[in-house]
Amino acid sequence: MNVATPIARPDHPLPLELVNVTKRFGSFVANDAISLKIPPGTCHALIGENGAGKSTLVKCIMGFHVAEEGDIIIGGRSRDIRSPYDAYQFGIGMVYQHFTLVPAMTVAENLVLSRPDTPAFIDWKFELARLQEFMRTAPFAVDLNTPASQLAAGQKQKVEILKQLYLQSRILILDEPTSVLTPAEADEVLGLIKQKVTAGELSVLLITHKFREVFGFCDEVTVLRRGKLAGAGKVKDLSADDMAAMMMGGQREAKLVAKSVRPRGPAALELKNLCANKDSGVPAIAGVNLTVHEGEVVGIAGVSGNGQRELVEVIAGQRPATSGAVSVHGEPYGASRREAFEHKVFLLPEEPLRNGCVPAMSVAENIAFRCFDRHPLTKLRTLVSRAAIRNLAQGLITRFAVKTRSTETPIGDLSGGNVQRAVLARELGPGTARVLVTANPCFGLDFAAVETIHGLLTEARNRGVAVLLVSEDLDELLALADRLIVISHGELVYETTPAEADIKTIGHQMAGH
Amino acid sequence: MGGWGVVVGVLSGAVRGGTPFLLVSLGECLTEKSGKINLGLEGVLLMGAMSAYACAYKTGSPWVGVVAAALAGAILGAIHALLISRPRVNDIAAGIAMLIFGSGCAFYFGKPFIQPSAPQLPGIPLGGWSDVPQIQAALKISPLFIFGVAMAFVLQWFFRGTRWGMQVRAVGDSPAAARALGISVPRTRFFAIVLGSALGGIGGAHLSLFYPGAWTEAISSGQGLMAVALVIFARWNPVHCLWASLLFGGAQAVGPSLQAVGISTGYYLWNASPYVLTLLVMLFTCSTKRTLAGAPGALGASS
Repeated sequence: MNVATPIARPDHPLPLELVNVTKRFGSFVANDAISLKIPPGTCHALIGENGAGKSTLVKCIMGFHVAEEGDIIIGGRSRDIRSPYDAYQFGIGMVYQHFTLVPAMTVAENLVLSRPDTPAFIDWKFELARLQEFMRTAPFAVDLNTPASQLAAGQKQKVEILKQLYLQSRILILDEPTSVLTPAEADEVLGLIKQKVTAGELSVLLITHKFREVFGFCDEVTVLRRGKLAGAGKVKDLSADDMAAMMMGGQREAKLVAKSVRPRGPAALELKNLCANKDSGVPAIAGVNLTVHEGEVVGIAGVSGNGQRELVEVIAGQRPATSGAVSVHGEPYGASRREAFEHKVFLLPEEPLRNGCVPAMSVAENIAFRCFDRHPLTKLRTLVSRAAIRNLAQGLITRFAVKTRSTETPIGDLSGGNVQRAVLARELGPGTARVLVTANPCFGLDFAAVETIHGLLTEARNRGVAVLLVSEDLDELLALADRLIVISHGELVYETTPAEADIKTIGHQMAGH
Repeated sequence: MGGWGVVVGVLSGAVRGGTPFLLVSLGECLTEKSGKINLGLEGVLLMGAMSAYACAYKTGSPWVGVVAAALAGAILGAIHALLISRPRVNDIAAGIAMLIFGSGCAFYFGKPFIQPSAPQLPGIPLGGWSDVPQIQAALKISPLFIFGVAMAFVLQWFFRGTRWGMQVRAVGDSPAAARALGISVPRTRFFAIVLGSALGGIGGAHLSLFYPGAWTEAISSGQGLMAVALVIFARWNPVHCLWASLLFGGAQAVGPSLQAVGISTGYYLWNASPYVLTLLVMLFTCSTKRTLAGAPGALGASS
């Protein structure tokens, strides 16, 4: 193999080819002889379920992992990539699923710091002029002087991509870049990147869960399943069913739970003139009035950062309301442990690891949070039985297919999808919920998991649970909600039903017009 | 002179008594910007004061003492940095251990130097324009104060205008992002802590070689710990550290200045004013609802 350094950084995308790349972790084979080819100026999709080995494969290309077998061929020669810096030398750059911006720094500082050749002493006048020059040719505009912490998720994702363009990466690896974007933002970002690809300035390897993006933007596709190559081909030769069959190994059965027709029940969750502030003290939600009845799903749509997070946090008891009231079943509700238990209010928060788990505690303990201090897990009101907790967790782990080494593994060690499943098991497992509040329950999950969660939510609704579903995924809302309400600038501005919904009007309302 | 005497006294006290606050808080500011806390700076301050005094006494040059103080601080800082770079070592706990270790070392090695008198740092007379002796005395400024003021502005520029400064901020705000940028988190923290402790050591040199100008075991009276509060008060901004240090130094001088003009009522009460100020700062800057603007994101995180 060649040493990484001897060529100058390319000013055009080099052809990239993987030949029989195998990566093992102990006895576990994460990638089993995977081959794929990305000619210059093409967009290649890499799809597969959670844990199929997509991230491991691209980490081999980026030099985070070194493959045990196989070759990475760039520009016609086998290359030895041992660090992200080596990958950089070949013009390969990656946009990660999680953000890698330093929150306290401005966009300009983040960009300059990302260069491997940041000067020791920075002449900001010169750098800012250069950055402005760069921004003129960039596909999207972002204010250079805004701290990254103040950017919305969509803008952060744009900066991450800008960063790679600023570094003059010619082969861009995008790891689910649209999971935090609204459909409109996703189309915009991918569309602008696609223009650069069509112009021959870039090659793209796109990891995604969304067929829409594969069909809309990609030329070729590679499908992984359980670490093995499950299929590949030109996008125009394949149908969504073909790809789904490759991903699931032909055992895909559509299990969509039908919504039962039922009369609207009595009011379960009521919000009256609810107001709350953001962390910075500015109002986040202003005078929200909302009633969720038993047996209905009320969907809240909106672009992230319009008060959804704060709204859910108030109901969850994580944030004080500045005025207004929450009531459940006609009684004032303050989100105390006793009230939540009495009224059977359950919660499926976004970022469950942060909002609904103690990362360092075990999966079993996290699953038992709702009931560990009650009979039968606690005897004589004081003695917590670890065995009972383990048994309860073991049952739920099997039922909800949580992939974990044991019940005693810290929940923080699980993958995102499995944390989500564990929290789901805790909140929906007992089946006693009467009010369920959930925010972006399917962020970053593969579609088998999404299907399961959607099924569980619909089942709950059919049972008579009042469900408040806050989501940035309009398709999800249209599929699940009985009523759809748009939130914009902290106010509920528009209400419709999925049957009558007009996407254009909703988009208009979301944008705040 | 009366009332004016008190004002002049407080102002000159702000400069004289504020210098150790300034140097220690700048050191702590640098350390905390990298995402770790060094509570051991109280020990560093004592070690600095002792080694400065001892070396100045032995060599006859106060400047050698200043260098020795910086070195002593750097060594203690290096121990702290190496300790907390180990997995599962908490910076607060290690800092308290270093505080006790540092002061213990200073007391042990400093015993023989309590009696003899060491050469002092020369004051820079800036009060030549006035005939009033109090003003002339008040404006005799420590060279280390000038150094500290310069360092405040240098650090301010360092954090924004240099690669290393930006790397320190990145490490302190988001170690994950820093790693993704290829920055070594432990190494960056090591240098930030060692340099920060060296600054703290120089603060100690000011105590024993300028004001109060002798080596005693009670010389630091908690200033190293109060600097931690001061950095929060200054919102991790080096230039704000300068103003905050002057405020704390001034508070310290209220009691002695009042006594100098014959008001000794509540002398000991006035002497407690820096501590009261620390408590008030903590009280007013802490909020359950929002995080402090400017606080490094990784500060107090376990990894």
